[in-house]
Amino acid sequence: MGLRPMTGFSWDWSFAWSILPALLKGLAVTVQATLAGFLIAFVGGLALCLLRLARLPLLSPLAWFVIEFLRGTPFLVQLYFTFYVLPNYGIIFSPFITGTLALGIYGAARAAEFYRSALEAIPPGQWEAALTLKLPLSGVWFRIILPQMWPVALPMLGNLMIAMFKDTAVLSTITVLEMVAVAKDIGVQTFRYLEPLTMAGILFWCVSYLTARVIRTVEEKHAS
Amino acid sequence: MGAVAPYVPFLLGGVQVTLQITFAAIALAVPVAFILAFARMSPFRAMRWAGGFVIETFRGSSAVVQLFWAFYVLPLFGINLSPVAAGILVLGLNEGSYFSEVVRASLRSISAGQREATVALHLPRFFAFRSVILPQALPVMIPPFGNALVLMLKFSALVSLVTIQDLSFRAGLIATSLGTSGTVYGLVLCIYFALALMLAGAVMVLERRVNRWAGRDDTARSGFFTRRQSSVPPWAFGR
Amino acid sequence: MQAETAGARQSSTPAGILEMRGIRKEFDGRVVLDDVDLDLAAGEKLALIGPSGSGKTTVLRMAIGLTKPDAGLIRIEDKYLWHEQRDGRLVPAGEKHARVARRPVGMVFQQFNLFPHFTALENVREPMVQVLRLSRDEAGSRAMELLRKVGLSEHCHKRPGQLSGGQQQRVAIARSLGLEPKIMLFDEVTSALDPELVGEVLRVLRDLAHATDMAMLLVTHEMNFAADIADRVLMFDAGKIVESGPPSQVLVTPRMPRTRQFLRAVNDR
Repeated sequence: MGLRPMTGFSWDWSFAWSILPALLKGLAVTVQATLAGFLIAFVGGLALCLLRLARLPLLSPLAWFVIEFLRGTPFLVQLYFTFYVLPNYGIIFSPFITGTLALGIYGAARAAEFYRSALEAIPPGQWEAALTLKLPLSGVWFRIILPQMWPVALPMLGNLMIAMFKDTAVLSTITVLEMVAVAKDIGVQTFRYLEPLTMAGILFWCVSYLTARVIRTVEEKHAS
Repeated sequence: MGAVAPYVPFLLGGVQVTLQITFAAIALAVPVAFILAFARMSPFRAMRWAGGFVIETFRGSSAVVQLFWAFYVLPLFGINLSPVAAGILVLGLNEGSYFSEVVRASLRSISAGQREATVALHLPRFFAFRSVILPQALPVMIPPFGNALVLMLKFSALVSLVTIQDLSFRAGLIATSLGTSGTVYGLVLCIYFALALMLAGAVMVLERRVNRWAGRDDTARSGFFTRRQSSVPPWAFGR
Repeated sequence: MQAETAGARQSSTPAGILEMRGIRKEFDGRVVLDDVDLDLAAGEKLALIGPSGSGKTTVLRMAIGLTKPDAGLIRIEDKYLWHEQRDGRLVPAGEKHARVARRPVGMVFQQFNLFPHFTALENVREPMVQVLRLSRDEAGSRAMELLRKVGLSEHCHKRPGQLSGGQQQRVAIARSLGLEPKIMLFDEVTSALDPELVGEVLRVLRDLAHATDMAMLLVTHEMNFAADIADRVLMFDAGKIVESGPPSQVLVTPRMPRTRQFLRAVNDR
């Protein structure tokens, strides 16, 4: 660590103002990727979780491995892998779609664990009670088990969404023009990094803080 | 696959960098987590506020932005960190902010009765913390610590974005020069997974040791390799 | 202002080992103790009875500084718990002063609160090492002696989890005695026990009460036990002391209707 005379330590409000529209456009891309990715995670995670718990030969161990593998490796490298390997099989998507897909798949593995812990949190007595009621299997799931699973799973999924929102910044590495990529581009072009990166950080903070507040409110309403 | 073989030693050098960054960052994160947890539990409002501010700042925004900020913006303030130092600092503070909540919850999980007993026995405060509260709180922290360690390993890949030659960065170099990205990135994913398994295993050993130090007889109950019986019965899937 | 009035009241009473004057406490707007005065003479055995929620346990917790009163004075021997004398006047003092002032007091809890990761011996020995600054050997032999007195010397290397509730409570008693307190507080020490384990703990307490000149403050629902060992009984109701006197009076021929009603309810159990 060395000290250098202060250069560029001056916040330029008019510059900050001028780059705000571009950053907000980037934020819109970030939010789109988050929401689309979260949808994949939400549905795919439940599917992976059920597959893992179903004790099917081959498929359940495979689901277990996929979940653990995705959870045990960095999203950045998963993203590179998807980005460079898909075209080898003739699948050519835009970087945005590839990035969202990778984000969603990584999210699905994490969501699967949340669903599982929510399911495992239901006391075995509930299953036994359902058995004595002689409900059809669909009734057991939809009327007894799932209604008890959601209140536990939803806050975790909410936090997952916020985590995925922050992970979208990684998509900048495969040329998706989300907020961080925009901020960095502005820095490269104008040699001013202070305003764009700081503003990107603050915008991230605002959105995730607001989302967290919304989740907490919903959670409290659910609890009462 | 064969084309990648000559580059394996180069990749293994990346493994070393990745592990160094992971361990350095977690070594920073743990004290940071304790300091932040103490600040949040402090009787002084200013301390609680400062702790909360740091935690919210690091948790609220993206680690990538923080990394770029440390790399591009801090020098403008005359603070020139090496990329490695910037990477460790950001990863450590970021993960430390998350882990401080674990530390706080674990310390809180010790019953009020235990705390009151230390007061009623006139035990010196440091002894009460070191010998009564901590031995009961630490075993609670170890499984989440294992998660944090694996998270840090994955997290460390981000430092490749600020030119540190870790495993991910070297994978990129090889992929570019060979043009066989799929094999290289597939291999690197497997290496990361193997490292994650090893770290998780190491934490289980640690868990057993901490339990013994804390005087708990039960051995590791959680972790990567333990297969607990699922509470979801087989007939739930129609069989 | 408040300190002065309380100080004036104090001078008129004989100096006991523990004195409380004008104690008031609210929790969330609910009055738990309402202007309570209490005196404990050296060596005196005082039993506190009354319905749950009447404030008896809060009095005990205050005597050792676990709960701080909203108003009032607490004196232990020659020191005030939350006040110190400066220029002949009492001024509020903090936690640091309280740590010294409450040192002569020991407490046994309803839930034992043994340290689960220590053995029975360590539970008794470590506070002696830390507080009395004894060597580990010296503290160890004194701790063994105490465990023998409560009849647990053969269990000294077991952890609390391996002991029955009655055994745990006897270890907790030994642990408090190890610090040689001048005042012992017993907070419903048999309430968390299975009925068949109550006797062994009461026997230890009874022997202790008859054998020592320690002052004791006991919150209890065991009326026969209170009648046996107490010099004086205080009946609490709704944060006030409604009746006080020797057990032969309060427990046998109570004057106050509230006391009579309470005793009838307890005996009908």
